Amino acid sequence: MKISLLSFGIAKDITGQRFLDVELPSPATVGDLRSVLVKQFPRLSELASVRLAVNSEYADESVFLSENDEVALIPPVSGG
Amino acid sequence: MLDIQLLTTPLDTQACIQFVHADDAGGIDVFIGTVRNATKGKAVLRLDFEAYEPMAIAEMRKIAEQALEKFGAKKIALHHRVGTLEIGEAAVVIAVSAPHRAAAFDACRYCIDTLKETVPIWKKEIFEDGEVWVAAHP
Repeated sequence: MKISLLSFGIAKDITGQRFLDVELPSPATVGDLRSVLVKQFPRLSELASVRLAVNSEYADESVFLSENDEVALIPPVSGG
Repeated sequence: MLDIQLLTTPLDTQACIQFVHADDAGGIDVFIGTVRNATKGKAVLRLDFEAYEPMAIAEMRKIAEQALEKFGAKKIALHHRVGTLEIGEAAVVIAVSAPHRAAAFDACRYCIDTLKETVPIWKKEIFEDGEVWVAAHP
């Protein structure tokens, strides 16, 4: 299945693009996606934290992904 | 009642205060987060902010709703700026009204402290000799 990945802040510098389509075997969880991404972009593991949001909500590793979900890579936030 | 906004234009503190004004509130607390000219002794030229906009708005709304609930605040205005900000400009304005001052202070502090932990907004410090995404690395 295909999910749309959005990258922000330093995560965008690491993936090289704001929007990226990622192909995953189905079924797949957020944790599975994280493994794929860290393998593809090893510098993600150097960050203080990387959270994943599914359709604009922070998601646990065990959440199952669906075709066309919008997943965002959330490096350490620094607003305010 | 809430007024949650992500803006590319200068923030209007007076509008935030006006929004939270209420006849049954005896106190208004305001926090303004501004762009500092240095970090760890190194001169900062400006900051670039970016946000995952729909989620940032949703998370700011959640925080403000929690603050109303937890502290009994009456109204909250939470405005955050994105884009390029110069030294001294306001990046965030939070205004809270509550029946008594303790609740206004507590709710305002809760909003800024939680915003800094959960709202998907990122700032990059621009120096003379480079740039750094704040807090990205341990």
